Amino acid sequence: MAARRPFRWHILVFLAPAVLVYTAIMIIPLFGTLNLSLFNKGPGGVEFVGLSNFATLFGDPRWSASFWNALGNNAWFFLIHMLVQNPIGIALAAILSTPRLRMAAFYRTAIFIPTILSFVIVGFVWKLILSPIWGIAPGLLDMVGLKSLFAPWLGREEYALTTLALISVWQFVGIPMMLIYAAMLSIPDEILEAAEMDGITGTSQFWKIKLPLILPSIGIISILTFVGNFNAFDLIYVAQGALAGPDFSTDILGTFLYRTFFGFQLQLGDPYMGSAIAGAMFGIILLGVCIYLFGIQTRLRRYQF
Amino acid sequence: MKKTYLTALLTSTLLAGPALAQTTLTIESWRNDDLVIWQDSIIPAFNAQHPDITVVFSPSAPAEYNAVLNSKLSAGSAGDLITCRPFDASLELFNQGHLADLTDLAGMSNFSDVAKSAWQTDDGAASFCVPMASVIHGFIYNADAFEALGIDVPATEAEFYAALDKIKADGTYIPLAMGTNDQWEAATMGYNNIGPTYWKGEEGRRALIAGEQKLTDPQWVAPFEQLAKWKDYLGDGFEAQTYPDSQNLFTLGRAAVYPAGSWEISGFNTQADFKMGAFAPPVAAAGDTCYISDHTDIAIGLNAASPNAEAARVFLDWVGSPAFATLYANALPGFFSLNSTPVEMEDPLAQEFVSWRGKCEPTIRSTYQILSRGTPNLENETWNASANVIRGSETPADAAKRLQDGLASWYDPQK
Repeated sequence: MAARRPFRWHILVFLAPAVLVYTAIMIIPLFGTLNLSLFNKGPGGVEFVGLSNFATLFGDPRWSASFWNALGNNAWFFLIHMLVQNPIGIALAAILSTPRLRMAAFYRTAIFIPTILSFVIVGFVWKLILSPIWGIAPGLLDMVGLKSLFAPWLGREEYALTTLALISVWQFVGIPMMLIYAAMLSIPDEILEAAEMDGITGTSQFWKIKLPLILPSIGIISILTFVGNFNAFDLIYVAQGALAGPDFSTDILGTFLYRTFFGFQLQLGDPYMGSAIAGAMFGIILLGVCIYLFGIQTRLRRYQF
Repeated sequence: MKKTYLTALLTSTLLAGPALAQTTLTIESWRNDDLVIWQDSIIPAFNAQHPDITVVFSPSAPAEYNAVLNSKLSAGSAGDLITCRPFDASLELFNQGHLADLTDLAGMSNFSDVAKSAWQTDDGAASFCVPMASVIHGFIYNADAFEALGIDVPATEAEFYAALDKIKADGTYIPLAMGTNDQWEAATMGYNNIGPTYWKGEEGRRALIAGEQKLTDPQWVAPFEQLAKWKDYLGDGFEAQTYPDSQNLFTLGRAAVYPAGSWEISGFNTQADFKMGAFAPPVAAAGDTCYISDHTDIAIGLNAASPNAEAARVFLDWVGSPAFATLYANALPGFFSLNSTPVEMEDPLAQEFVSWRGKCEPTIRSTYQILSRGTPNLENETWNASANVIRGSETPADAAKRLQDGLASWYDPQK
């Protein structure tokens, strides 16, 4: 008769620090915010109002116009990242993993460095570069005879959001590059050699052998981009201020939340409506992540080496 | 036994510590530009009379001040003295019990009712901040440039545009230094600068609050129509020009006229190496009454939760004294004292601004009192609308209609 296995306390002990810290600084505030979104100021102080904050957010023409504008802008911001940042990241990783490339370590570092810069620095530097008054962008374009292409991009409604998205791409392109690069390095040489034996080399080797093997990493990057973009705030706030000008054309969910929750200038903060917006953001991100996890990730084929 | 004695000794030191030490007062403020002035002249002057009270000036960035202050007050970590924004932002803090009632403070008797109005309850029964200063709007110009181009200082609208046309035709200077990137300049230094001339200052402002006039009335659309004309006189790429860009364009001598608030004076005095002058917002026709925005802008109140209320009241009493008024107005030319005792100022540009108080009718910014209480917030909407009108992406009539609809959606007298 074997003795019952003793309870493995060490598992709890080792998990405890991370679980406690995560609970204290992430889970409790999250539920606190969701809870706050069900309250609002009434005639007799703060009272429970159920979902009426959400009804205002989606039902009131002004609130819903601001919300859909922010969501639309956020979707465009995400789309630019998916269409520009991730393909460039993959391409850079493919180039870096070419064995004949010299100074690969230098390029890798140089491309990754903007990622570790503060948003404040990135926002400020790019505002200066693109400034129509002091910036070097007009001068550089002039040197190649394309001065006519220059516009005060950050100040025009039709370009401002795209410009900011591209600045963000410039800053963060190092992350997909690094993740894909790591995935590519983990592809065993035997597979690539076998491919070469079969006559698959160069570009077709990338499309037929490497790309299918790194698809799970691309999936992870997409979901990281999605979560990052729908939580974005800093760059817009630094470059365009909390009113996300011109004419709210760069207003994303993060800036909309900030303005509502903390107030701005003469507008007083409204933590209850702010929490409702935060709740909606949480829902959107949760939905996106679920679609990915259950709809896409389970269908990805995995290869065991 | 010895250990117990030691513990008792240590405990008693801990308890006695705060009572023996000096009282330290911390001031919350958005005026981070003024840090040096507070440290070098204002606080030492106060300490000359009250050496037992240490004062620390601890400012945060202007754009974040309200949000930071509200969070700190809710969390109970705010300083003893709170620099007060005018009207509703501070009134709300008072209603929430974050600001103490200062109605009975002796220094308060040195201020007129108008000066105190920005920091009182709607019925005027309770005052909660000691008024420090107001700012006056107008235009600062490059006097050397005006002389070189042979332009006289404009007094009427026609002269104003003639001057701008002449500067533009010459091409050496950008006629007007203003951008729309940060939005607030368009509203504060544009709309609320020239606006009082059209809506007749207090008369229009009070009628709007009473619901007798609407933002779509001609006198309220007119300032937008003027702003729409400004577009042609702004520099290349003004859409992306920020507030510091505009300041630098002017002080580097690249722009001739700067739509200004008087708070710029001290900065411009140190930056610009040319002669500067100022003119009041131009009137429609020669001989018309001129109106200026003499906006009650800054005051200081007491955090109701402050443990050092006694010392803080001593400090606030001193802020209300004529001695402080003279010190502050001269240390910061462009922030005009609200004290009933007249203050002598040395700066010529500041003297020019304050001289308009004698010949023009003063008012405050139209959007500040009562009208920015609801959602959508009229002040923030005005920023957006003014910037849109200057950029030309919204017509003056459309912008006025949008503001009126927004205001009418929550403000009963306008429904």
